[in-house]
Amino acid sequence: MESRLCSRFVLSFLLALPISLFGQKNSCLECHTGLDVQKLRAPVEGFTSDIHRQFGLGCQDCHGGNPLQDDVGLAKDKSFKGAPEKAKVPEFCGSCHSSPDYMRRFNPNIRVDQLQQYWTSKHGQLLRKGDSNVAVCTDCHGVHGIQASNFPKSSTFAWNIPQTCGRCHSSQDYMKAYGIPVNQVDEYKQSVHARALFDKKDLSAPVCNKCHGNHGALPPQVTSIAFVCRQCHPSAGDLFSASPHKAAFDGLGISECEACHGNHKILPPTDEMLAGGSADVCSQCHDTGTKPYDTGLKMKQQISGYVSSLQVAQALLEKAEKQGVEVSEPNFKLQDASTALILVRNLTHGLSLAEMKGKLDEGDKVIAEVKALGTGALQEAKFRKTGLIVATGFIFLLALALYLKIREIQSKPSS
Amino acid sequence: MGKFTKNALAYLEPRFQLSALAEFGKKKKVPEHKYSFWYYFGGLCLFLFALQVMTGIFLLLYYTPSVDAAHESIQFIMSQVKFGWLIRSVHSWTANILIGAIFVHMFSTFFLKAYRPPRDLTWVSGFFLLIFFMAFGFSGYLLPWNELSFFATRVGTDIAGSIPLLGRALKTFILGGAGVSGATLTRFFWLHVAVLPALALFIMGIHIFLVQVMGMSKPIGISKIKEISFFPNFVLKDALVWLLVLTAIGVICVFLPWEVGRKADPFASTPIGIKPEWYFTFMFTTLKIIPAHIFSLTGEVLAILGFMLGGLLWMLVPYLDRRAGREMKSPVFTVAGALIVIYIIVMTALTYLAPRL
Repeated sequence: MESRLCSRFVLSFLLALPISLFGQKNSCLECHTGLDVQKLRAPVEGFTSDIHRQFGLGCQDCHGGNPLQDDVGLAKDKSFKGAPEKAKVPEFCGSCHSSPDYMRRFNPNIRVDQLQQYWTSKHGQLLRKGDSNVAVCTDCHGVHGIQASNFPKSSTFAWNIPQTCGRCHSSQDYMKAYGIPVNQVDEYKQSVHARALFDKKDLSAPVCNKCHGNHGALPPQVTSIAFVCRQCHPSAGDLFSASPHKAAFDGLGISECEACHGNHKILPPTDEMLAGGSADVCSQCHDTGTKPYDTGLKMKQQISGYVSSLQVAQALLEKAEKQGVEVSEPNFKLQDASTALILVRNLTHGLSLAEMKGKLDEGDKVIAEVKALGTGALQEAKFRKTGLIVATGFIFLLALALYLKIREIQSKPSS
Repeated sequence: MGKFTKNALAYLEPRFQLSALAEFGKKKKVPEHKYSFWYYFGGLCLFLFALQVMTGIFLLLYYTPSVDAAHESIQFIMSQVKFGWLIRSVHSWTANILIGAIFVHMFSTFFLKAYRPPRDLTWVSGFFLLIFFMAFGFSGYLLPWNELSFFATRVGTDIAGSIPLLGRALKTFILGGAGVSGATLTRFFWLHVAVLPALALFIMGIHIFLVQVMGMSKPIGISKIKEISFFPNFVLKDALVWLLVLTAIGVICVFLPWEVGRKADPFASTPIGIKPEWYFTFMFTTLKIIPAHIFSLTGEVLAILGFMLGGLLWMLVPYLDRRAGREMKSPVFTVAGALIVIYIIVMTALTYLAPRL
């Protein structure tokens, strides 16, 4: 209890300090700091780190009222708005955030269409229909501790977004009424995107809002999934669009990328996804023995053969390096072969065996060069060892001769 | 003796007084006793230095001292130049073995009290040679311009910058600016191939001259000592040691050629666990573990002042150890020396065994 009182005192002092310095009174903070009810005290505590406070805004800028008045009744004057109902939060925030004139004063580049977008989102649509359980601004951004989304502790910072969305979307009870699955966040965490975001700290890796939108969040439709993926994977998208798959998928109403790669649980793609592999996706639509399936098999064979050849070259260089031969140049060359493999794997989206073979042939030439350099490096290692044996033999003979000479000298009586 | 040799000697004799030199070598005696083994480290240092000079001269053929080409030229030497890998590996390995041999030579001299007058100046010149060879190592380490050497130099020069009063100016002078850059590389190259060799050769000349004039010191307390002639007996034994060390260097270079490393990226963050060359690590670890403040003084500054004072006292040992000067045993100095050896070994070991200290 004492520590609580003490912390309140310190907080009051800290908040009162700027007021006393600049001579501006804020009776909202003064009163709420001392309140016993946590719910009423929380706004003051959260507001210390709020971005609005950093821009010089105070309680009255959102809630109205007169903070210069000591009397509660006088402070809550005609302009006082208090805390809005949840359903009115979007308009409450939007009263400032949708005003270009007002927002320009603080950040000339900030967008002012969030509210407009929100009403197009599933959240906004349901809110309009009277469902106040859906997410409003404060559910994602917080209430009085709002921070800029580029601040790592912010609930809307890239690596916090899955958790922020998951607060509702992973809750069985919360989602029951909407009939939405609750495994999206768990699935996302296993994805290649999550690996890039959480393990490699790659902030450009997509999180929920990159595919679904943020203020206008809505699941992408079958027809638009491909465009969503193309935002980051344009090359694969172009290849797919030029392939026979495009027309077939469109005809059958199958979403493009998702059909093979999934949605939230997009695992790192492997060659095993090709026909005949352990994660074969071709067989979802094509029976074994059919021409398209055989094309898939050939693609896998070509890539597997190339990968084996690449691994042999890599092993040669590693062996030579272990034996002490400098192989940075062939290692550098080998990167071209690895690049060719990346390109060929991407070319699988285009289904053109001829195009793949052309690229693989280029890579094979590089691999052959690297193998020759690797073999040369191993021969060099052998030459060095042979040279060492011969040189050591000579030196030992010389040392032996010296030793015998020393003994001969020592055996003579000194004059 | 063949006719050619006879003629050659006949030509050289009046010009170089060879017979007088040979006579000096025969007359010059080297004491032989149970500690004689340590005498060979002096000659070994000279041999290793000769290897350094020879391999260094070959490396100069291909090495380019610029930020854009230094690393690439080392890579070229290691992969394209015939026997380049061997020459560079011998140069790098020998540099390290040489520092080790200098340490052994110095401590054996210390424990045998060979520094006592009139050999005091031999000790002082040897002390300067140690400093010069450590500077050789420090300057040479940066020349390949790889990641490790770049950041180790940054750490090393930061330490130099902590020296009170002089530190900042000294650091700027060493680096040729505020940080490790192309100017630093040029300076280190200048230091490594011009200034230090000239200084080292001059001091080494004095050191060897003094050894030759005064001969090897006899340990205190050993009265009856057998003597062997310097030439050919001692010289041949020296040569035998050199041959064995040369073989060992050859084996090391074939199986563990000195690595090229990744090219330094000045904009990259300092890799974790960066440390200087092994012979600086006892000082490096001391600076790491010393408390931030001791009696209102900065711990790091205090440690650096301590090392400077320690170095000065170490150089002045011949004048401090009066008992040894009177041919009396001086156990206090022996114990102090032993403690210093233990300290260096423990601190060096800690650097590698407990890198997160």
